[in-house]
Amino acid sequence: MIVAPIVAPSGGVLPKVELRNVNMRYFGLEGETEALKDISFSVAPGEFIAIIGQSGCGKSTLLSLISGILRPTDGAVLVDGKAVSGPNRKVAYMLQQDYLFEWRTILENAVLGAEIQGADMRKARRRAKELLTKYGLGQFLDYLPRQLSGGMRQRVALARTLCTEPDVVLLDEPFSALDSQTRLALADEITDILRREGKTTILVTHDIGEAISMAERVIVLSRRPGQMKSDHPIAFASYDGRRPTTFEARNAPEFNRYFNTLWQELEVHVEG
Amino acid sequence: MSRVEQLTMTTPSLQYRKWLARERRGRLSVRAAQFAILVVFLLLWEALPRAHIINPLLTSYPSALWPTFLELLKETPRQASILTHTWFTVFATVIGFSAAMVLGIAIAAALWWWHDLYKVLDPYLVVANAMPKTAFVPIFYIWLGATLSIYGMSLAISLFITILMIYNGFGGIDPNKIKLAQTFGATKRQVLSKVVLPGSIPTLIAALKVNVGLSMVGVVVGEFQSANIGLGFLIQYGSQIFKLNIVMTAITILALISSVMYLAISWLEAAVMRRR
Repeated sequence: MIVAPIVAPSGGVLPKVELRNVNMRYFGLEGETEALKDISFSVAPGEFIAIIGQSGCGKSTLLSLISGILRPTDGAVLVDGKAVSGPNRKVAYMLQQDYLFEWRTILENAVLGAEIQGADMRKARRRAKELLTKYGLGQFLDYLPRQLSGGMRQRVALARTLCTEPDVVLLDEPFSALDSQTRLALADEITDILRREGKTTILVTHDIGEAISMAERVIVLSRRPGQMKSDHPIAFASYDGRRPTTFEARNAPEFNRYFNTLWQELEVHVEG
Repeated sequence: MSRVEQLTMTTPSLQYRKWLARERRGRLSVRAAQFAILVVFLLLWEALPRAHIINPLLTSYPSALWPTFLELLKETPRQASILTHTWFTVFATVIGFSAAMVLGIAIAAALWWWHDLYKVLDPYLVVANAMPKTAFVPIFYIWLGATLSIYGMSLAISLFITILMIYNGFGGIDPNKIKLAQTFGATKRQVLSKVVLPGSIPTLIAALKVNVGLSMVGVVVGEFQSANIGLGFLIQYGSQIFKLNIVMTAITILALISSVMYLAISWLEAAVMRRR
């Protein structure tokens, strides 16, 4: 694929992830379905963005394109200025559910990515142990997934995602399968971990509150075919010179203002 | 509930001990009922022919089996011991279901790998599975000779259902687990070896269960036609000279072999499932 030379945006920083005029259509015997239309945006290194939209608007497709397991029908997806042509070690994808393999122990699950990528397994096991211990699972390394609760399982999935040391983390509604308390607690924990590790993160969700409290920027997608409707920077008054935690963000005065704006843009209509 | 969250009390409460006792009684009564059915069956089998309600020539009776067994145990130059007959049947059955498992897994994996191949072969597999394979017993005898035709029949009866079962198991793997492996860049080979095959272990065990029974059917039917040794041969021989004692003894041994194989697979299943 021929890609126009990269022009670094103002500030001279090469975007970590960039989409240029991406179109995605699915083909079936009944016809073509247009999933995404003319999507262009870029994400700076270390930035945490959220993409919101209603179900079926192509959010998950967008992440599959960035991760390289799908190719766009038109346009280009770039990571570090290079066109994505397949799954890329720099990019890790965390799916909606943990999808832990029930026949593997927690530790064996956490090193799955490293094993598939043919990495040094001694190093991978050491890193997985470190991560799992950091997430409070140090004593469960030899347990099987069915012995763990939903929140713990999702933390194992996070360790599996970060064990391969990616630069970019894609989160596809990673809390949707959890109960609401676990969901809030884990969102806070994962946001904190990803920020501290300096990962570039793209979160896809239909939960407006989750997007505002976790991300620095929120992109709104329209209904199918998904088109970019708006791109909102989310800024909070400083909390001692740092970004607020997700809990602080939910209590900040700006939260409701952002919530109302995004709610109106989503144009939620209950049908039926 | 996850095991981690489980609370175990140090001293079991009275209610808990009562509950345990009830559970135990429940399990024991199931075993007792199973045993009772066997006893009633054997008693009827013994009593009805003796009372001449049914003709003893047609059914023999349980108490006649042991003397017959002892008699058949003797090895004469003209007649092999019943242990030899049993060994040949068991051996052929083991060969039959092992071959069916190995070939079944290999063919199912090939069909999974080349999906178009599956689409082409699907109707043929279904028809091959539905065919009465025993119709081929005489032909197999002509094609393969005395010994190979027995293995052939055993394989023919169990192979197609094994392929279909295992292939369905492969298709039942959560596509998101495959997607997960692909996000890490897994090749098709890695998807097969790290997701599809290990995820299908329960299916493989289910297929093995079906297989063991079917392979034995194949062996016995094959032996009817072509063998001069094996329990199938003994059944055929016994019925031709109208010695139902021999037939019933051989059938009882077949039942015992089935039970042992069933127990062996249950044990294997428990060992494998402990990891899940």
